[in-house]
Amino acid sequence: MIKHLRSAGDLDAATATLILDTAAEMAALSGREVKKLPALRGRTVVNLFYEDSTRTRISFEAAAKRLSADVINFSAKGSSVSKGESLKDTALTLQAMGADAVVIRHSASGAPHRLSNWVDGSVVNAGDGTHEHPTQALLDAYTMRSRLGRLDGLKVAVVGDVLHSRVARSNVLLLSTLGAEVTLVGPPTLIPLDVVAALSKTTKVSYDLDSVLPDSDVVMMLRVQTERMQDSFFPSAREYSRRYGLDVTRMRKLPEHAIVMHPGPMNRGMEIAPEVADSPRSTIVEQVANGVSVRMAVLYLLLGGK
Amino acid sequence: MAQPRADAPSKIILAGSDLHRVVDRIAHQILEKTSGATGTVLLGIPTRGVPLAHRLAARIHAFEGVEIPVGSLDITLYRDDLRLNATRALGKTELPAGGIDGLRVILVDDVLFSGRSVRAALDALKDLGRPSSVQLAVLVDRGHRQLPIRADYVGKNIPTALSESVKVTLTEIDGADEVKLIGGLK
Repeated sequence: MIKHLRSAGDLDAATATLILDTAAEMAALSGREVKKLPALRGRTVVNLFYEDSTRTRISFEAAAKRLSADVINFSAKGSSVSKGESLKDTALTLQAMGADAVVIRHSASGAPHRLSNWVDGSVVNAGDGTHEHPTQALLDAYTMRSRLGRLDGLKVAVVGDVLHSRVARSNVLLLSTLGAEVTLVGPPTLIPLDVVAALSKTTKVSYDLDSVLPDSDVVMMLRVQTERMQDSFFPSAREYSRRYGLDVTRMRKLPEHAIVMHPGPMNRGMEIAPEVADSPRSTIVEQVANGVSVRMAVLYLLLGGK
Repeated sequence: MAQPRADAPSKIILAGSDLHRVVDRIAHQILEKTSGATGTVLLGIPTRGVPLAHRLAARIHAFEGVEIPVGSLDITLYRDDLRLNATRALGKTELPAGGIDGLRVILVDDVLFSGRSVRAALDALKDLGRPSSVQLAVLVDRGHRQLPIRADYVGKNIPTALSESVKVTLTEIDGADEVKLIGGLK
């Protein structure tokens, strides 16, 4: 097993499948009365969150607690970071406190890589800038596999703001490792062709959502990340929504079995219509539940052994 | 525990129909000791305890026509040696539909050695419900207990040295029914 999970590219097909299989066992165990498992007793997991997050932080916290690890939550607001402490000094503090794993969310791409040079414990990337979010990709793959039964040969359309999306990058890496065919769809200004080519040779690109939908098993809608946009990437929100938003009419173009995913948080009415988000095809709530099982699997596999 | 080398000499202790007869005997003993196996659930400990539990249930059904619920109980997350080895993959835990509360649970495993797996199984069981009693059935007891644990049903007692190891293979998993003693001086 690997020591850190900094990128979905750290995982080969066998390791990724082991994580998904372990997550399935974890999910089976979460249905019982006593949800707590003793596997990580006495281990300390630090949640180091420099950026706002609801579901990822809570999900990691729930996962670590269900495995009986001690959890220390750290958010940049209200800590010495607001007094100007650097990431390195914070890391050395955590090191001195004996953290076995550090789960880090940071607005700077590559922060988990830097951190892993400074601490002895495992580093888990919970989203770094516009770079990667590997546990999100794992829970997406888990959701696809449990809904559709397989990943190999699955046609997945990832739609929207690929440029700013760490979820898209991690998904491209993981899904191509596991044999799915990814097509990135969005306005040309939001699809960085050089990055896509560097990530995977099999990934396709399309600028026309309507032509991709009839041949897709999975549609993953990405959030339009206005907070990361300094320039204007499309003329207006209305035009974006008309061309790349998933509404009920577009959803009808999907094959009968296809599912609709969104990593959250959603801009309802922008990239996804409320009726679509709440339809039976949507796996959005399921993705959150699966997130806990997948993160349990990751923490167990990183920390459970020698 | 030191494992004997791959090319170490080995001796077959049980094979094919001998092993089937041993399973039959355990099935009879369970019926005898539990007055017809009423209110009883068999839980196999992965990997090889699971097919053994299914075989015992099938034999008990053949002898007396009683259907005993069978499940599996993975103990990986409860092991006390997790941190001493590389991370282990998880096995399946599947309880029968009726659960285990108030029932007699018979744990089934292939080899009883240090007793640590059984301790882990007892801990795992505690988180799943409250059986009225817990018993243990093993195909082979090789001795060298490190905990105050004993089996209620033993297929075969094999006196071993610590340098030896006992390997059970079953048709369902390995393609052949065999109990082998590997290593030692001879």
